[in-house]
Amino acid sequence: MKTISQNWFGRGTVAVAIATISLLLAGCNKPAGEQPGAGGDNIKIGEFASLTGKDATFGVSSHEGTLMAIEEINAAGGVLGRKLQLLTEDNQCKAGETATVVNKLIARDSVVAMLGEVASSRSLEAAPICQANKIPMISPSSTNPKVTETGDYVFRVCFIDPFQGTVMANFATKTLKAKRVAVLTDVKSDYSKGLAKFFKERFLANGGEITAELDYNGGDKDFKGQLTAIKSANPDGIFVPGYYTECALVSIQARQLGITVPLFGGDGWESEKLFEIGGQAVEGCYLSTHYSPAVGSERSKKFVENYKKRWSGKTPDALAACGYDSALVLADAIKRAGSTDGQKVRDAIAATKNFPAVTGTITINEKRDATKSAVILRITNGKYEYLETVEP
Amino acid sequence: MRQVSPRLSEFLQQLINGLALGAIYALIALGYTMVYGVLRFINFAHGDVFMLGAFAGYYLSPLVNRFLPAQSYLGGALVLGLAMLICAGLGMLIEFLAYRPLRKRPKLTVLITAIGVSLFIEYTCQHEKIFGAAPRKFPDLIPTTTWHFAGLVLSSNQVIVFVTTLGLLGALSYIVKRTRIGTAMRAVAFNEQAAALMGVNINSIISFTFALGSALAAAGGILFAMNYASIEPLMGVQTGLKAFIAAVFGGIGNLPGAALGGGILGVIETYAGGIPGLSNYRDGIAFAILILVLLFRPAGLLGKSTTEKV
Repeated sequence: MKTISQNWFGRGTVAVAIATISLLLAGCNKPAGEQPGAGGDNIKIGEFASLTGKDATFGVSSHEGTLMAIEEINAAGGVLGRKLQLLTEDNQCKAGETATVVNKLIARDSVVAMLGEVASSRSLEAAPICQANKIPMISPSSTNPKVTETGDYVFRVCFIDPFQGTVMANFATKTLKAKRVAVLTDVKSDYSKGLAKFFKERFLANGGEITAELDYNGGDKDFKGQLTAIKSANPDGIFVPGYYTECALVSIQARQLGITVPLFGGDGWESEKLFEIGGQAVEGCYLSTHYSPAVGSERSKKFVENYKKRWSGKTPDALAACGYDSALVLADAIKRAGSTDGQKVRDAIAATKNFPAVTGTITINEKRDATKSAVILRITNGKYEYLETVEP
Repeated sequence: MRQVSPRLSEFLQQLINGLALGAIYALIALGYTMVYGVLRFINFAHGDVFMLGAFAGYYLSPLVNRFLPAQSYLGGALVLGLAMLICAGLGMLIEFLAYRPLRKRPKLTVLITAIGVSLFIEYTCQHEKIFGAAPRKFPDLIPTTTWHFAGLVLSSNQVIVFVTTLGLLGALSYIVKRTRIGTAMRAVAFNEQAAALMGVNINSIISFTFALGSALAAAGGILFAMNYASIEPLMGVQTGLKAFIAAVFGGIGNLPGAALGGGILGVIETYAGGIPGLSNYRDGIAFAILILVLLFRPAGLLGKSTTEKV
């Protein structure tokens, strides 16, 4: 047989191959699931959530909390004498998909308000659309500051990353007594980049030193390149402001490489999947989040009890509690507005003061963010153990 | 043993990490390259068969553990073998249903069908009733140990990946070059019609090629999942793409080339990942280097120098 490789790999093949790669990278869209037919006189509320995909437990928890709140409100007689109807769309954790489903909820289903999402990147996709259509939007747990900076129709019922970053930087300095910290950021995520930035600012101000700054792309599975560089920098701790799928793998590979210092991150770590995938490797790691079922008011205890009843024994996480609160705040605002008019509901949400919610008392500030405390959890024996509460 | 300098130790550690990652790319690249060698067509569903291999291992492991102790080498090997068998069957099925009816059509038709098959598998598997989209924990198939020497860390899994890849590369080269069926494969690659006239059963040879390629993909899937314990239905997209690039880089159609390409890609990627400020361009850097190489050697690294390919 003669050399035929030049023919095998001619220009045509290269062009086809490149075209194919771009197709594979850009394609992968799937129409969103159909909703049950719209009810006659119900107040329609849209929700976009990551019910499937790599951060699915975020969307599922948040949705379960939201749905439970809507059901409870309806059981108590609804709002303005009408029932609330939650129309939920799954964005499959995909970039671009959120815009599609949010447009559909507004244009086709004519929702009066929007609830969602956990991940900041995806809330940032929805926010400009809601703003342009003057549909009030409440994000349950997106912490990147840019989300509510989009416009005056966008709100959130959680704290923001400058606060969360500060909390974790102070925690690293005071509790962990760390002087040298490495940071591993997910460059695909606005949440991760923002949290890393605010963490670094405060940690440097505390007199600490950032020994290594490395990045990865959400969806990566191999982090050994980054972690080997981090190991050589010999830090006292590693700040990983990512989401649980990657954080679990980062923890495993860090331990495999013989890194023994604690890893710590933000609310993106909170998921049952972290234990399932991470196992022993995540033991002794720390995270900050919105709420812990271990502490809280009577209201919060009742929520935990009802949630367990509604969702077959599941203990609610912080994202479920935030989802629950987002629906309560919205329903309260519609009640006070006395109307479902976008402008009036917006004004009512903006005027929310000392609203008793599960994750704390919610007051919406002039930047349309909630001012709330954070809790720090430690991972012990495959469970989140409550450590401390940090007031703003 | 004397302690080596930290810089050298980091360099060597990255080499170990890179080669272990590259060995997995190489294993998948072998499947791409072999199918291309025989049929001149890129089976884009190969990355998805890789994913199905990992899921086969996920479901087989508890079954095997019923009569073999969990985390034993024998059990692990059995899971690997069974998953390879299942995927070999799936590969033949895909070929029979999707590609065979199009064999006389232009290559582009088959290529686009391959993308269709790939998307079909990905989205079917993401359905809640099949695998669901959420990542799952892959069970520990075999006992793992970690060796530390002179500040370096080497895990038994990394060694196993490396040895398995070399072993399968050797076995594949043997099949293709030394056996009757391998000779028939090369004959089909060289001239399908002439081979048919000589009494070679084209259909069964092509089926066999797909079976072999898919079995390699399954092995890759299981080895990948052993090292990166979270598996999900889209895990084959990125990895499959990289393995394809590795195959092109090494000279598509050339078996040792695919292994070399995979190894180099894994090493470049790992080094790029360890450089602060550049680590977010990790994939970009790896691909830019590959494009540069292809500008000067369009047939890939080993594409020209060998005279026999399958």
